[in-house]
Amino acid sequence: MISLAGRDIAHAWGKFVLTGIGLGLLIGVTLTMAGVYRGMVDDAKALLDNSGADLWVVQQDTQGPYAEASSLSDDTYRSILGMAGVARAANVTYLTMQVSGLGNDKPREIRAMVVGITPDGAGHPGQPAYLVAGRQLTRSHYEAVADIATGFALGQQIRIRRNDYTVVGLTRRMVSSGGDPMVFIPIKDAQQAQFLKDNDAILRQRERTAQNPLLNRPGVPGLLDAVIASQSSNNSVNAVLVQIDAGADPQSVAEPIRRWKRLSVYTREQMHGILIEKLIATAARQIAMFLVILAVVSAAIVAFIIYTLTLGKIREIAVLKLIGTRNRTIASMILQQAVALGLIGFIVGKVSATFWAPIFPKYVLLETGDALRGFVAVVIICVLASILAIRAALKVDPAEAIGG
Amino acid sequence: MDKPVHAGSQDRGIRIEGLRKVYGHGDTAVEALKDVNMVVAPGEVVGLVGPSGSGKSTLLKCLGAVIEPTSGRMILGRDVIYHQRWMISDLRALRRDKIGFVFQAPYLIPFLDVTDNVALLPMLAGVPNAHARKRAVELLTALDVQHRARAMPSQLSGGEQQRVSIARGLVNRPPVILADEPTAPLDSGRALAVIRILNQMARQFDTAIIVVTHDEKIIPTFKRIYHIRDGVTHDEPGEGRGID
Repeated sequence: MISLAGRDIAHAWGKFVLTGIGLGLLIGVTLTMAGVYRGMVDDAKALLDNSGADLWVVQQDTQGPYAEASSLSDDTYRSILGMAGVARAANVTYLTMQVSGLGNDKPREIRAMVVGITPDGAGHPGQPAYLVAGRQLTRSHYEAVADIATGFALGQQIRIRRNDYTVVGLTRRMVSSGGDPMVFIPIKDAQQAQFLKDNDAILRQRERTAQNPLLNRPGVPGLLDAVIASQSSNNSVNAVLVQIDAGADPQSVAEPIRRWKRLSVYTREQMHGILIEKLIATAARQIAMFLVILAVVSAAIVAFIIYTLTLGKIREIAVLKLIGTRNRTIASMILQQAVALGLIGFIVGKVSATFWAPIFPKYVLLETGDALRGFVAVVIICVLASILAIRAALKVDPAEAIGG
Repeated sequence: MDKPVHAGSQDRGIRIEGLRKVYGHGDTAVEALKDVNMVVAPGEVVGLVGPSGSGKSTLLKCLGAVIEPTSGRMILGRDVIYHQRWMISDLRALRRDKIGFVFQAPYLIPFLDVTDNVALLPMLAGVPNAHARKRAVELLTALDVQHRARAMPSQLSGGEQQRVSIARGLVNRPPVILADEPTAPLDSGRALAVIRILNQMARQFDTAIIVVTHDEKIIPTFKRIYHIRDGVTHDEPGEGRGID
């Protein structure tokens, strides 16, 4: 028996291909949406993996440093270093802000996560995992290591707040949970950048302090200067990242820090949970809603197209039934056409998503598993969408082929 | 009731006795066919003519096993296919194997080429593709359209399409062919050519052919005509001109 569906598709291939391309673009968007979610999860995983930390020590009762604000004294790490099972500990600050690339006629601004790290601390947690060019930070001020996604070049000057930095190293795949590329600067500069006031505000604060008789005593020289100096500096960090001894149990190391230092400590699994279940949960639900809507729209399009194509063949279907074609042969023809349309759509969608995913500003991770699940969903949607057309075809009276 | 009841002495041809068809019930009932009696011998082509609303289409649908008559008897060859009720459960197979159809418009399947349009019926009956196509090509040759065997229906002229349609009606060698206004869209020359072909095929394949028509051009060609008026058939001799 010949394939009626195949012959019909071959006969009207232009109509099928054009419809398949339209459907395919929709499927491509659907796969991309799934890829955006996967990219967010992967970014979160990369953030944790590349930090090189086993434990995140943050302000008590906060879920910092990524999900909530957290502030710790910058000498906390010293006491943590003395705890059992701790191999390395390092201060770190995180601040998402605008960073300007200088050196061109027109400064280029990008959104980046500025990370304050201890210079010359290769191997310590929080440092860029590896460099693709240049070197790590060695000086205490005005050097930066940037992710290549920032677009900054080695040796380029960049501006963070009022200070300029020289890019001395480039790294890769160092991103925030939101997908923003990272720029590493010395921690002292980062601390200053976090709390830096404008000059007018500093002058007003100094005048205000100078007018306070308790702080500006004629008989105590140097007191006013000391107070002003303490007001101008910042000794807070957002977190202390900890590497534990080989073979040590993260929970066993974390528990004494929680108890004795009265700080919150998260293991990698717990931090992963915070990032996935809390930080990107809303975005994930948003994407899920889009996926559902796109699936419904795809189903509606397939149903409409197949239904319209079937209605256009009512007389032929009546003739087929009159000359003895089984209902299941006709139903199978419509079903095969719907699935073929889905197949064309899926191929177009997969190819489109693969081509346009790298152009997206944020990381889009197209997983084979998602593609397979998408394929199964497309086939199921096409089968369901063909039901309407099959019902219409089976209702056709063979008598319609006979005039009168 | 799958097995038809045998009656009569001929294996082919069709006999209709006292056929009635009533649509609806009670006060709204309409008696479309009151008393239809027809006998068409194998190899014979008869005309079925009548004004609009006389019951031609209803009769064709009953003969084509598309709608069920109300009462009467229909005998196809030796088999009683209807006697107060259908005597065969698989009407689809009956239509496929025992009845050929030729329509006013050819209604060829637009996405199949000429050969497969004709070969589709035997394929549906389970005949292997190659054998079905061979049978189709033989018929297309007999109808002188073998040169268009690979063409699509849209590439054929009206006359060629109608000849392919006749080939499709004949391909399963049915004992009876029902032709519904087969010459309506054709000019005189082509219409007469189609009737000649039908007569030739009827003789060649020993098939009884009933041609429902309004077409004044072809009515004189029938040797026998059934007039249907108000649901009742009247057998009258025709002129039988220009056929042989």
